[in-house]
Amino acid sequence: MLRSAALVLALALCLPLPASGSGVAAVSLDTAMVRVPAGSHLPLYANAGARIAVPAFEIDPFPVTRRDFAAFVRESPQWRRSRINPAFAGARYLDGWRGDLSFGTPHDALRPVTQVSWFAARAYCAAAGKRLPTTAEWEYVAAASEAETDASRNGRFIADVLRTYGARRTPVAPIDGAAPNRFGVHHLHDRSWEWVSDFNSVLMGDDSRGASGHDRRLYCAAGSIGATDPGNYPAFLRYGFRAGLEGRTTADNLGFRCARSIP
Amino acid sequence: MKALLTSPRTAWIVVGVMAAILVVAVTTLQARSATASAGTAAVNHISTNTIPMAELPSIRGEEMAVLTAPPHVPAPITRNYATKVKVELEMFEKTMEIAPGVEYNFWTFGGTVPGSFIRVREGDLVEFTLRNHHSSTVPHNIDLHAVTGPGGGAEASLVVPGHEGVFSFRATKPGLYVYHCATAPVALHVANGMYGLILVEPKEGLPEVDHEFYVMQSDFYTEGAHGEQGFQPFSMEKAIAEQADYVVFNGSTTALTGDNALKVRQGETVRMYLGNGGPNLMSNFHIIGAVLDNVYLEGGTVAQNNVQTTLIPAGGSAIAEFRADVAGDLILVDHAIFRAFHKGAIGMMHVEEVPELAERGRQIFSGPQANRPYTSSAVIED
Repeated sequence: MLRSAALVLALALCLPLPASGSGVAAVSLDTAMVRVPAGSHLPLYANAGARIAVPAFEIDPFPVTRRDFAAFVRESPQWRRSRINPAFAGARYLDGWRGDLSFGTPHDALRPVTQVSWFAARAYCAAAGKRLPTTAEWEYVAAASEAETDASRNGRFIADVLRTYGARRTPVAPIDGAAPNRFGVHHLHDRSWEWVSDFNSVLMGDDSRGASGHDRRLYCAAGSIGATDPGNYPAFLRYGFRAGLEGRTTADNLGFRCARSIP
Repeated sequence: MKALLTSPRTAWIVVGVMAAILVVAVTTLQARSATASAGTAAVNHISTNTIPMAELPSIRGEEMAVLTAPPHVPAPITRNYATKVKVELEMFEKTMEIAPGVEYNFWTFGGTVPGSFIRVREGDLVEFTLRNHHSSTVPHNIDLHAVTGPGGGAEASLVVPGHEGVFSFRATKPGLYVYHCATAPVALHVANGMYGLILVEPKEGLPEVDHEFYVMQSDFYTEGAHGEQGFQPFSMEKAIAEQADYVVFNGSTTALTGDNALKVRQGETVRMYLGNGGPNLMSNFHIIGAVLDNVYLEGGTVAQNNVQTTLIPAGGSAIAEFRADVAGDLILVDHAIFRAFHKGAIGMMHVEEVPELAERGRQIFSGPQANRPYTSSAVIED
């Protein structure tokens, strides 16, 4: 009884806080989707030469922010923190938010939203007429440095990305317009890990809980057997992260962005 | 041979010797086959029949494992039965000093490098809860070399930040074992400090000693050269080339020096649980000023006596025991000696003098007795 009273009080206190744009520092970012030309991606685990063709598609230039996600849950109550179906997200879903519609202080508005499950991310994209990118799409776009569209064999770029991963902290820093990659996409490496639509089909076998099938390659011989590029530590880290995920997993450093097929 | 056969007399001697050798050889062979046909178990050959199936004793009760940070070791186990031991270990990524003024972002088991020391008894059922702190950047898991089973627990324990995983194993084989993170890319996780030791104490226990210490060597690779101040990120290039900037005991150049020196008293017995996390270098572990009375090579059950320097492979261990007979400072080094002088592989053990044992100590080692000029009669010709 005391607890529910406290909850009501908390909600009352939190609701007046800005849930969307008001009070947020004026940052002008062009959020229009970026068109990525057709290309290909060589998965970390693949038979020699088994590049995956990636048709042209569109992708968000920025990860989805807390402000964006607050607008979504305003329209879709079933994805609010208090109403989320436990089958669709773990206990820390939207952890750190002050209430169902309040993500925190104005300073938090442009932080990439984290502590979101794959189910929630997928629902967000669907509501916007988009979808989550595939692993191949995401890796293809993220292989671009500022100067090259494919820097996956550029030792300096790989070292930079590895250093960037090591320097990331939570809560994830707000988005800004600095340093887009060659495709014009931001923050693929310097904010959080990001959901992909097929996080489990690439690495997992019969279900997404047990380790089986391809997943095993990550443990066998230090994960190096069958890897197409043992020197690409950042890719190992991403594949390793995805291997630990279930659809309902959420984490402080796991967010997402949306993509869209070009008809 | 040709030279020998030039004289007919020599040739006959050679033939005679050869015949004698042949007779001895045939006799020996016959004797051996007689032994073999008698079917005794004394025949020394490797067969799967010689490896017994490990006994799985019944489990009584349960208890929480006490974990310790290096250089400390949990107290010996006094139980005489197998129990369920619950181990809860949390993994943190945290920035600490690897050398004075040099910071490194370590990935840790329990917040220290090496990770928490785990002590269980042979036969125990270990229920392992592995937690990954929510601030971690990547998933982690654990491969314990004491585990018999796929991945040493690695597959069963992969946890993303803010999650925990549970798995159980039987500590069927006594010994000192390395554990480490085995998440891809394994080399990076190990290079950042994710290893530690687990002792599976034999069911009959270990002989009592006055001190037990936990010392683990490892090598680190930084973008800046050794000693370059400030935050130093991991260097993948140097790690692949195996060109270590730091080779250290217990995670830093000063973990076992100055005020952090290990301390014992003269006459006391010391058992050191030694490990090597790697990722690349073997440890040539040596204590300047001591002979190691017993060394359980590779952390197994056979002890070698009177050892000067023992080799500890990356991903391996050793248990060393000795008595500190003489007061003074003992120096722990990797005897690949540039590592000690230039990369940090140095530690100290201060042996405090005990008055009753001072005279005995002087009989064993006099200390300086003379230091004076002399005139040499030797002539050096260049």
